[in-house]
Amino acid sequence: MTKIKSLADLRRVKDDLQEKIRLRENADNPEKLVQIKVGMATSGIASGAKEVMSYLIEELDKRNVEAVVSQTGDMGYCYAEPTIEVILPGKEPVVFGKVTLKKADEIIEKYIKNGELVDGIIPRNYETIE
Amino acid sequence: MANYKMHLLVCGGTGCRSAESDAIVDSLNKALADRGLENEAKVVMTGCFGFCEKGPIVKVLPDNTFYTQVTPADAEEIVAEHIYKGRRVNRLLYMNPESQEHVEDSKHMGFYRKQIRIALRNCGFIDPENIEEYIARDGYSALGKVLSEMTPEEAIQSIIKSGLRGRGGGGFPTGLKWDITRKVSAEKKYVVCNADEGDPGAFMDRSILEGDPHSVIEAMAINGYCTGANYGLVYIRAEYPLAINRLKTALNQAREYGLLGKNILGTDFSFDIELRYGAGAFVCGEETALIHSMEGMRGEPTFKPPFPSESGYLGYPTNVNNVETYANIPVIITKGPEWFASIGTEKSKGTKVFALAGKINNVGLIEVPMGTTLREVIYEIGGGIKDGKNFKAVQTGGPSGGCLTTKHLDTPIDYDNLLAAGSMMGSGGMIVMDEDDCMVSIAKFYLEFTVEESCGKCTPCRVGNKRLHEILEKITRGEGTMKDLEKLRNLGQVIKDTALCGLGQTSPNPVLSNLDNFWDEFVEHVTEKKCRAGQCKHLLRYVIEPDACVGCTACARNCPVNAITGERKKAHEINQDICIKCGACVEKCKFNAIFVR
Repeated sequence: MTKIKSLADLRRVKDDLQEKIRLRENADNPEKLVQIKVGMATSGIASGAKEVMSYLIEELDKRNVEAVVSQTGDMGYCYAEPTIEVILPGKEPVVFGKVTLKKADEIIEKYIKNGELVDGIIPRNYETIE
Repeated sequence: MANYKMHLLVCGGTGCRSAESDAIVDSLNKALADRGLENEAKVVMTGCFGFCEKGPIVKVLPDNTFYTQVTPADAEEIVAEHIYKGRRVNRLLYMNPESQEHVEDSKHMGFYRKQIRIALRNCGFIDPENIEEYIARDGYSALGKVLSEMTPEEAIQSIIKSGLRGRGGGGFPTGLKWDITRKVSAEKKYVVCNADEGDPGAFMDRSILEGDPHSVIEAMAINGYCTGANYGLVYIRAEYPLAINRLKTALNQAREYGLLGKNILGTDFSFDIELRYGAGAFVCGEETALIHSMEGMRGEPTFKPPFPSESGYLGYPTNVNNVETYANIPVIITKGPEWFASIGTEKSKGTKVFALAGKINNVGLIEVPMGTTLREVIYEIGGGIKDGKNFKAVQTGGPSGGCLTTKHLDTPIDYDNLLAAGSMMGSGGMIVMDEDDCMVSIAKFYLEFTVEESCGKCTPCRVGNKRLHEILEKITRGEGTMKDLEKLRNLGQVIKDTALCGLGQTSPNPVLSNLDNFWDEFVEHVTEKKCRAGQCKHLLRYVIEPDACVGCTACARNCPVNAITGERKKAHEINQDICIKCGACVEKCKFNAIFVR
């Protein structure tokens, strides 16, 4: 490691390094970011939830959307797997069913970036207890 | 660089490491590699999470899943279920003791909800052995800001404005101390970090050094710049090997990155730090004794003035601050004094770290804003008293402090309120006591500690504390008189007024505050020869109830001193002159015929 020679230098190094712990920092304040939960029960995984999750993480990163993507258990919509729940900051959660990679792309571009609703929304029939 | 989807944080504090957290890290890594997931999830060993009661802790991000009491054997299941399949391992989740439900997300745990972590901001978050994670968390930017954009006077003004007071016990305004040291002119000055943590039950300084050593290094360098010192010394107890190792690693990394050494960040400020090991004498937490110990002399205090700020290590002006105080400094510089001053009470700003110990459900390390009440700390964060017993008192301030009782439960905790209640902030140890604790014995316990730790230099402390201890001993043996209680008070006051250093001046506090708060209990010991908590063995009497005794002889056969006599199938009797009150007979009696009176 070369020495850090000035304050500007330090700030540059910090920006480079921040990527390494961004996941941790985001997890600390999820309510300020886009939160996505991917249902990863057996039925979800069998229908491709793992691929969708990887796709979401990589694409959101590429498209500069700060988001926390986490996996969760069975959401109960086994007929519509893979299912994902998206919470935009300050908004109610919205659940999307039968999310393919193409659908995921559409959700990012339309719902996450612009707040436009897209097809495939499952009316939420549950409440999360805090 | 691998794009990790998950981070697994494993606690690497002394507590969790002694419960094999090293092996947990290895097992997690192995389990990940076995499934080819090593590029999906990253295992990081961090500092203390504070929830020591249920350690070792493994926290999974980004979903904030909080696994407790993890063993190396559980690693396989965590990886197979949680990382691979995305299902939390329910049996390892924290269980809410009231609702008996598993808590999935650490943000919903009562233990964390009321906490604000400033001094502990990086503990349980970054890898303390990796300077890059500290820099990524804005580390060393406060040093950079001070060196490049502020004069020493401006930086000191910031600290003064923030209202930060010494976290080691005394509560002296930190900025003012720096200003005094700065104003003394000398060819050389020193900056010292007091890491000689000695209060029974307190471990916040150790946890900060183990979990975030760079924050202390950065703050010492800032202190050096402000006061005009180029040398820093950390006085740390040799019995903290992990903290010493992490600190050494951190120092080497800081030098490698040019954040310690000559011309830091291209300025003409040079600063470096060395370690000095203490042998663990309590008195060496007192700053003059600490300095003498570092000089290679006996760890004995000397009279102040001169204060170390004027004449300290080797006769040079020396600024001594405590670990937790330092840990607050970088954040005050980066976020501004106004932000810091907005937290806390009028005269006590910011937060305070407390070590919860004793009869409390959630033993551990917490950080709360000044002004939080004792009730919130004990019941909401601490989860209440163990085994559903009743709260009796909480001891704060260690051997220099006193006990707070139910009447203080709603007092906001800050320096001044604790002093007014007859205790003190101290370094932040909180030992919780329930109805089974005898307050005379507690006072005796602390006195035993000070008698042991007194350096012996001044008479009030050396002889006076010994006498206090003897009187307490007499009372617990059932030989005390009302005159003795009066003596305790008078002698205690004399020691307070005449002892040389902080140790002696505060050592009678546990006795005096217990006399004030639990006078009835002392009187009971003296006049009725009774200990309501049942702890003073000499005051107990084991008695066999003749109607309930069937004469099975089990007690007589098990009595180690043959104090029990009686014929078979007839009621037995205990000879009080021989009985040593060991309680073996009570345990053996199947008919509940033996009582303690």
